[in-house]
Amino acid sequence: MNPVAAVGAAALALCRGVGSATLFGARGVAAAFAPPVFWRQLLGQLMAVGWWSLPVVGLTALFTGATLALNIHTAGGRLNAEQFLPQIVALGITRELGPVLAALMLAARAAAAIAAEIGAMRATEQIDALQTLSTDPFRYLVAPRLAAAVVALPLLVVVADVIGIAGGWLVATATLDFNGVVYLRSTLDYLQPWDVLSGLIKAAVFGFLVALTGCWHGYHAQGGARGVGRATTDAVVSAAVLVFAANVLLTSLFT
Amino acid sequence: MSGAPKLAWRGIRKAFGPKQVLDGFDLDVAEGRSLVLLGGSGSGKSVAIKVAQGLIRPDAGAVLLDGVDVTARPAAERARRYGALFQGGALFDSLTVWENVAFRLVHADGVDRREARRRAAETLARVNLPKSALELRPGALSGGMQKRVALARAVVADPEILFFDEPTAGLDPINAGVINRLILEQVRRLGATAVTITHDLASARTVGDEIALLHEGAIAWRGPAADLDRSGHPLVHHFVHGDAEPA
Repeated sequence: MNPVAAVGAAALALCRGVGSATLFGARGVAAAFAPPVFWRQLLGQLMAVGWWSLPVVGLTALFTGATLALNIHTAGGRLNAEQFLPQIVALGITRELGPVLAALMLAARAAAAIAAEIGAMRATEQIDALQTLSTDPFRYLVAPRLAAAVVALPLLVVVADVIGIAGGWLVATATLDFNGVVYLRSTLDYLQPWDVLSGLIKAAVFGFLVALTGCWHGYHAQGGARGVGRATTDAVVSAAVLVFAANVLLTSLFT
Repeated sequence: MSGAPKLAWRGIRKAFGPKQVLDGFDLDVAEGRSLVLLGGSGSGKSVAIKVAQGLIRPDAGAVLLDGVDVTARPAAERARRYGALFQGGALFDSLTVWENVAFRLVHADGVDRREARRRAAETLARVNLPKSALELRPGALSGGMQKRVALARAVVADPEILFFDEPTAGLDPINAGVINRLILEQVRRLGATAVTITHDLASARTVGDEIALLHEGAIAWRGPAADLDRSGHPLVHHFVHGDAEPA
């Protein structure tokens, strides 16, 4: 194919994909606010997306907080600014690393699971069956997943913030000769409500994007088992890229 | 055919990329009649019933239900008058057998769960499934039992029109015979209009009052089920006997 034509075709495909996903998301949001609410589906998704992601999000936050403390101590040592370690760890975790890493963990767990489940339902005609049972698949499948991710990810980020700061505290007090009480007081004195709140707003947006990509790729899966596999991979990759892109936008808005 | 058509396809055209699957597809089914749509693989049989169900939007043409154009109506809205059995059953893995059967009653018709469970059990008994199957997941059932659960789900809300997509696919002759007999019983009990697509000629002869043959996107032949073997139409002969396709 002519390289110019190939670039043009790729650009058109990208535009089609973005347009389709946007309309899909709008329909999903509209379905979330329209009765009936499928409470069992919603609770099931809150468990799947939120509760079962706690261990991996918690561990990621713990290790990230600890690593961050070590790196900040090294960098601070070069500027004689080691004493700012608690504040920088807290800021880094609440504003950036908590929401972004939790969203990436959610992309790996939830976007993949959502795409695989909905993709398998598409391949086995279960989505068609839903419609022939007078049930809108957007209300039954998409809306509960979007709502669960938007609610669950900020809650996960609250946990990630606490554990991430605790990870920094643990390393700082155990290996870097920080006083535990002083460390915590420095963190609490410095941290402002907006630092936490902006991270939670980001988390809600990331949760929506992660669930949306999972649903969209699963819903449009084609070609049986192979198509479901491709949809799962694409969902994880596009969810991760979207999280990073949205993070740039939101950070520029919040600073 | 007697009476006004209950369901009609009018000049349906549908293409997927360069492939024209339905090309001026016209068909109608009278109320209370059972029509079987025959055709080779990829001839567009499934597309035709999905267009009627609202699961696929045609490029042109109309679907009429009791003479009313429902082409633009959403599938979930049309489905209140339909029941459907899918080729693979399409049962929901995460739900029990009775929850599958009662799905429409609970989620679309607002029937309370206790009453829905009672009606599901009653319908499952009609398709010869024991009460012990109620709490099982579909994965724990044989292929024949899954088809019977899917049939129960299709008929539980007493629909006016029933669609059966390859109801005997993947079943041994004994189970296929059981499904054919159960379909016939349920269609007669409900007095429903039925559209079945199948490759299985034994099934077509059992469940169909009439048979139509789909070829190159349009109906090539239509007649009473009893006339299938003596139609004299070369495409029907080819389909029934599996000999070389006529030029």
